[in-house]
Amino acid sequence: MISIFQNYGGELLQGFGQTLLCSVIALFFSLIIGSMFAIFETTPIKFLRVIARIYIEVFRNIPLLVITMFFFVVIPMFVVKIGGFTAGTIGLTIYTSAFIAETVRAGIQSVDPGQMEGARANGLSFWQAMRYIVLPQAFRYVIPPLGNQFINLVKNSSVLAFVAGFDLMYQGNVIASDSLSTMSTYMCVGVLYLVITMPLSYWMRHLEKKLAS
Amino acid sequence: MSMIEFHDVEKYYGDYHALHDINLTIDNGETVVLIGPSGSGKSTLIRTINGLETIQKGQLIVNGQDLAEKKTDMNRIRKNVGMVFQHFNLYANKTILENIMLSPRLVLKRPEEENKKFAMELLDRVGLADQAPKLPAQLSGGQQQRIAIARSLAMKPKALLFDEPTSALDPEMIDDVLNVMKDIARDSDMTMLVVTHEMGFAREVANRVIFMADGQILEDDSKEKFFDGQPSNDRARQFLSKIITH
Repeated sequence: MISIFQNYGGELLQGFGQTLLCSVIALFFSLIIGSMFAIFETTPIKFLRVIARIYIEVFRNIPLLVITMFFFVVIPMFVVKIGGFTAGTIGLTIYTSAFIAETVRAGIQSVDPGQMEGARANGLSFWQAMRYIVLPQAFRYVIPPLGNQFINLVKNSSVLAFVAGFDLMYQGNVIASDSLSTMSTYMCVGVLYLVITMPLSYWMRHLEKKLAS
Repeated sequence: MSMIEFHDVEKYYGDYHALHDINLTIDNGETVVLIGPSGSGKSTLIRTINGLETIQKGQLIVNGQDLAEKKTDMNRIRKNVGMVFQHFNLYANKTILENIMLSPRLVLKRPEEENKKFAMELLDRVGLADQAPKLPAQLSGGQQQRIAIARSLAMKPKALLFDEPTSALDPEMIDDVLNVMKDIARDSDMTMLVVTHEMGFAREVANRVIFMADGQILEDDSKEKFFDGQPSNDRARQFLSKIITH
């Protein structure tokens, strides 16, 4: 394992960087898009509810790899040429956002409906009530399941390996076939994934405790 | 001038006929008490006034605006018509002071300093100025309900709706809340519509008493007629004798 780090340190580091970058971008956007569709699902406006339902059901039930391939292969054929990293990150964002939407929706629905009514009766608009009253309480409930989604997201970023995204998994494959020491290589890769996911899950737990008090 | 007008209003929940042929006018500054057995439609009726429930038929005019009209802005109505709920519905994630200051800040754009000063005045008026930095969960039910009243008053509404404001409270808390409500009824020209079974409150400050059953208004009397004379409706008479001897 140590020799792998010594001989292929640069490649591993580059892969690690790509995985981290992809994860951060996908995490940021999937949280925003997911929360948006969660709010759509709970609005009184039927049109938005239908849109959200379709989005969530479609992307939650298609394999991540298929979504990614769509952006890697189909979109460049008809629309615009995009690289593996971009295609993978978009695929990952869309896929994860559908799960986050479901998680956040459950959080919104676990907030006492009286909170929304109280806010509306006091003159706040639906969006103001969401922003200031309901969402802050909903996020408190959903931090543990959201943490799971974030960890899944980091691990799922290995989909980039299939579309030449130069991520950790991709570099692992290259190093394994080059060095022929498969086991050590994938162990290194595993350890590097842990370097991202362990602090993330620790941080989520910390956040959960902080908000609970 | 009338503040609230119901004309032939009907309300359904699916097949269930919740409000039936409601005709009711409440004038500016009136204090009206609404009583009736549970399931009679009292809460539904007052919740239609600020649009928390929609009506299916008839006309409902609040503060000069027809609620059924598309161009009517519900948020504008709610600026002028406050509501106090049975379970208080204070914002669990905000301090007491923030609970009171939020709507005036966001909706009325009241300057921060003036907003805070007025909020503290209101807290003082309901006797809870020392609770300002706490969270709602740290207060008793009676205290929370007084905060909820202060929160509504912060918007300087023309009318206040009370949906069973004391039914979720311990008996010893009820008086504190009723006293705050009596002060408002006496000292201001606010229109008040109160769903309650507190007959002492009705006797002291109400102008009118309305009795509802099965989604209908069966009795609409002056306070004097309702308590000193006898309600003409049988069910109202029975109901009254039950809650008064109770």
